[in-house]
Amino acid sequence: MKLEVNGQVREVDAPDEMPMLWALRDLCGMTGVKYGCGMAQCGACTVHLDGKAVRSCVLPVAAVAGRKITTIEGLSPDGSHPVQVAWAEADVVQCGYCQSGQIMAAAALLAEKPDPSDEEIGRAMAGNICRCGTYQRVRDAIRRASSMRRTRR
Amino acid sequence: MTLSRREVLVSGAGLLIAFHVPRKGRAAQMDKKPSVNPNAFVRVGPDESVTVLLAHSEMGQGIWTSLAMLIAEELDCDWSKIRVEHAPAAPAYAHTAYGLQMTGGSTTTWSEFDRYRTVGAMAREMLVRAAAAHWKVRPRSLHTENSFVVYRTERLSYGQLAEAAQRLSPPVSVVLKPKRDWKLIGKPMRRLDTPEKITGKAQFGIDVQVPGMRTALVARSPVFGGKVRSFDASRARAVPGVEQVVQVPSGIAVVAANFWSAKLGRDALQIEWDLGPGAELDSGKLLASYRDLAKGPGTVAVAIGDADAALAGAARRLEAEYDVPYLAHATMEPLNCTVRLDRVRCEIWTGTQFHGVDQMAAAQIAGVPPQNVIIHTPFLGGGFGRRAVLDSHFVAEGVHVAKAAGVPVKVVWTREDDIRGGHYRPMYVHRVEVGVDEKGMPQAWRHTVAGQSILVGTLFEKFAVKDGVDAQSIEGAADSPYLDAVPARKIMLHSPRNQVPPQWWRSVGNSHTAFAMESMIDELAWAAGRDPLEFRSALLAGKPRLWLALKAAARSAGWGTPPPQGRARGLAVHDSFGSIVAEVAEVSVDARKRIRVHKVSCAVDCGQTVNPLGIEAQVQGAVVFGLSAALFGAVTLKEGRVEQSNFHDYRVLRIPEMPEVTVQILESDAKMGGIGEPATAPIAPAVANAVYALTRQRLRSLPLRLT
Repeated sequence: MKLEVNGQVREVDAPDEMPMLWALRDLCGMTGVKYGCGMAQCGACTVHLDGKAVRSCVLPVAAVAGRKITTIEGLSPDGSHPVQVAWAEADVVQCGYCQSGQIMAAAALLAEKPDPSDEEIGRAMAGNICRCGTYQRVRDAIRRASSMRRTRR
Repeated sequence: MTLSRREVLVSGAGLLIAFHVPRKGRAAQMDKKPSVNPNAFVRVGPDESVTVLLAHSEMGQGIWTSLAMLIAEELDCDWSKIRVEHAPAAPAYAHTAYGLQMTGGSTTTWSEFDRYRTVGAMAREMLVRAAAAHWKVRPRSLHTENSFVVYRTERLSYGQLAEAAQRLSPPVSVVLKPKRDWKLIGKPMRRLDTPEKITGKAQFGIDVQVPGMRTALVARSPVFGGKVRSFDASRARAVPGVEQVVQVPSGIAVVAANFWSAKLGRDALQIEWDLGPGAELDSGKLLASYRDLAKGPGTVAVAIGDADAALAGAARRLEAEYDVPYLAHATMEPLNCTVRLDRVRCEIWTGTQFHGVDQMAAAQIAGVPPQNVIIHTPFLGGGFGRRAVLDSHFVAEGVHVAKAAGVPVKVVWTREDDIRGGHYRPMYVHRVEVGVDEKGMPQAWRHTVAGQSILVGTLFEKFAVKDGVDAQSIEGAADSPYLDAVPARKIMLHSPRNQVPPQWWRSVGNSHTAFAMESMIDELAWAAGRDPLEFRSALLAGKPRLWLALKAAARSAGWGTPPPQGRARGLAVHDSFGSIVAEVAEVSVDARKRIRVHKVSCAVDCGQTVNPLGIEAQVQGAVVFGLSAALFGAVTLKEGRVEQSNFHDYRVLRIPEMPEVTVQILESDAKMGGIGEPATAPIAPAVANAVYALTRQRLRSLPLRLT
């Protein structure tokens, strides 16, 4: 089947029920998207499907064929997406494993709500676990990215 | 610092410094100053790059940046030219205090403070001498700035000098900069690993791809200590993508083209287990048995004065029992290990905290000498102690699977494998009896701890277990600063054994002792009718560092002023890993009796700081880690089976539950301590003490649950 990942069409030979996560990681070699739980509990596998944040570990690959998939590798060519810039400024990352998912979830949130309240941040990011405990800086970075985008307009 | 002998190793083009103290010299030096066992690396390239090799693993704690700062401080190089790599597993990278290559115990920064600075100073000195030779002037007439050696108006870059410097013999001794000249140490620096980690480029063990590699999942016994009796792999082999099914000591491995096929294959396995006595384990019964144990006398670890007599004669006696459950680490990156074997060597890619031990274990299984076991260390997706495994089980298993399969293999653990895989912070019970005088001050303290020893029966037993007492089981209680003020005290320990593999878990013994100590101190304060802060001040009279930290945290939390409506505050201070952390938690309880933590005010005295921005992150992170355990964490067993399996039933803190955590780093000239772990332990008692202040319910079991 054909997958459109980060603007490129790829042919993958996968059983229909294989989760998109494993098609991306093991068949397309895109390892920025992470396995954390396999049951949409932790958000490490978050990617964008037609611009919306989804958990790729529970979406059968057949269900996403022909739709636009964006992974962390495709969020910006060089780490210059406002969320990534804010992440660097706020010095968010620790081990880094969950951060692709955190960043993809934050980018989807800001695309929909450019100026989210703390409650909206909490709701949108509640599905992304970080065991290092970077939450406070995640919140800080989302606020920074939000104000960056507002100033830019 | 004077060095007995150094070697310059040439690796490609440029300057690579390794200084190596030969065995004899090392032994002599160890006698004088056991913490000095210098070996380290920095590479200055003709392309101006400065590559720092880390003897320890970056697992989030920020040493990728802090150790680089130490070298850069002395090398006087352009910070933007720094690159960092994990060093391979080799004796040169042995821990300066432990003599074995490893990452843990919140030791990395303090244990490398001298070694990494010295390496930077040596490299600088060689570059200066190369420049002096070029200009035919005395080295003293030169100075360095930002990756250049400068002579009057002339400048040579480190890159230009790298090859000439490489040909020089290293200096016999170097003088390190005095503190007043530091430009980097103590300044907040952003992390060097951010660019890779925000773009998905950072490679973790689970991301490793090796040509011809297969992915394997292992079916392990559903109860601890069980063995395969028989198995039928015919259905597993029929799963598309499954290539082999092999038996290894830990279970049955399904080797497949990718993770998904391996998982479907494993699901299709039919295995008969010989479960053994582990099938009887029940955490509820275990807890009851620990409570019984703690009522009786254990092995005496500390006995000062006659605590039994003093208790019997005390004006008033308080008794309390505290208990904590088994806990999984639940690192975000599940365990994994990639192994490629051939006749002469064994190559391993894995996120480990325990290079020295893993290398030896792998060598034994692979049948090659340890130096032929090459360990590549990608980033670790969290460690918290889970990847410093005394029996090297996940590395050993990887080597077994690769050996049996005859192809390069990546063994991946699922989240369920991780949560159910044992290697937990053990369950403990503390029974504390305190005799107080008329003013409520403790005069007698009898404290009995029951729970598995982490170290008994391991390679490390001889270092840490003395007269039957594993010091780690009682650390933070036996040496509690509060007890110095108590004239009669006795600490006893029971170390029952069972099939559950115990493991170091961020803050180790302190994760339960701080809960017992700081809860009991709080109980004493309330019993005496005194303010918990003021009561502690009396007990900590001779402990200025603890008292200052506690006071600072209390001040920033607004202690003594009324909290917002419906909230209360609780405090705790704990000394561990050479650092002192005080925390004040502000909590409320909702209509469904759920505890909500709104604010945590922390004050830290960790001695000399290297990167305050990193310290803040570690303290915030440790508070989150401790809070997950305080509010939710418990692994329970029924008929030997772990009842939890994934993040839906092994709950951890999520962002809506994140309190606002403020971190004050106190000026201190104390000896440098650790920072990865010490802020973990005080949060549970700080929250429990706040809950008591709010509800007058004393919660003595973790996780904290109101009834």
